[in-house]
Amino acid sequence: EITAGLRCIALSDQKKIYGCFGAMAAVCDTQASSKPIQHRFQPYANNGGTVLGVAGKDYCIVAADTRMSSGYNILTRDSSKLLELIDKCVLASAGMQADRTTLHKVLRWRLQKYEQQHGKSLSTGGFAQMLANMLYGRRFFPYYTFNVVGGLDEEGVGAVYAYDAIGSYERYKFGCAGSGNALIQPMLDNQVGFNNQPATASHDLSVDEAVQLVRDVFSSAAERDIYTGDTLQ
Amino acid sequence: STFLKDVFSESKAPPAIEFAKGTTTLGFVFKHGIVIAVDSRASMGQYISSSSVKKVIEINPYLLGTMAGGAADCQFWERSLGMQCRLHELRNKERISVAAASKLLANIVYGYKGMGLSMGTMIAGWDKKGPGLYYVDSDGTRIKGDVFSVGSGSTYAYGVLDSGYKYDLEVDEALELGRRSIWHATHRDAYSGGTINVYHVKVDGWV
Repeated sequence: EITAGLRCIALSDQKKIYGCFGAMAAVCDTQASSKPIQHRFQPYANNGGTVLGVAGKDYCIVAADTRMSSGYNILTRDSSKLLELIDKCVLASAGMQADRTTLHKVLRWRLQKYEQQHGKSLSTGGFAQMLANMLYGRRFFPYYTFNVVGGLDEEGVGAVYAYDAIGSYERYKFGCAGSGNALIQPMLDNQVGFNNQPATASHDLSVDEAVQLVRDVFSSAAERDIYTGDTLQ
Repeated sequence: STFLKDVFSESKAPPAIEFAKGTTTLGFVFKHGIVIAVDSRASMGQYISSSSVKKVIEINPYLLGTMAGGAADCQFWERSLGMQCRLHELRNKERISVAAASKLLANIVYGYKGMGLSMGTMIAGWDKKGPGLYYVDSDGTRIKGDVFSVGSGSTYAYGVLDSGYKYDLEVDEALELGRRSIWHATHRDAYSGGTINVYHVKVDGWV
């Protein structure tokens, strides 16, 4: 490569010399790393954020922070991760913002289509299954979103559904997803699920208790996770 | 299936998408039917994403499928299998046989061979030929047998299961054997845990 650069200088006029010096500099660089470098299209980005859902006897709380980050930068402190559909169901998605936007857009469309074709709105359980099928539809190129669906089922009891990236889902009493997942889940297990608490501690949380708990839990997570913070929706 | 691997092996890639998997499931045929026993832990990498996963999928009131490997793969395809079994019933006016159901699943999965599906499932049911237990795999394997254990903790479960297995077990002994095998597997396998679910498939369906 160095000989090629020299040849270039010998043949060229003024302008090309600048080019060749540049080329020679580049040559020195690549010689330092002798492995071939593959540059490929990077389709995913992690925009961070955490979402959670807590279900009670007749209520369901879905919460998400509003921070959107990329690496060490905060891109905005004000981006919503929630999608409100039908009056009794909310979807929260953490992960990549672009996939979240598209997923929400397509879901809104599918929901409308269902209502027009069947003449009634989708139940929370039905919506949960539809989301699972949609996520699995992209089994080989997944949506980089970690979803939590919260709502009231047909009987008015709170339901939370938590998903993995390709659509494996299950109904829970509480669940969380996103970058603060590992910080919040144990807290929820202990305070909402009463794991590892004496049996007498277990009781149904009221709405206010639950809301306060969610606020506290998010504050704690924001202290310890750089991708979680700003406001809570 | 290497697309995702390439994407996530770049140094600037976000944390790789881990799919929920890792498990111990087992099933065996005995005099009074089939016992299926499973654990309930789902792990995503080293994080336990759930300790209450339902790993036995009730395809219909007399057919059961277990889940091992990728949770979403098993959930989705066994639900799809349930739909196909129902269609079979409607078209042919009789229940689908366990052999046919397991073959349907095996053929579907074979179509995706090499693309990265991960499923190790057992289809159990009682049909005209008696109790039937088949092991179906995402490589396309489909084998009929009397004793199977699938998953990361299967080796531990086999140890206990094989030493206690007899065709002539009574119902309560068989259920206890299934439960104990899973318990020992969860004790030693980090990827298995949670609660143990035991199902018994009888002539008139599963309980």
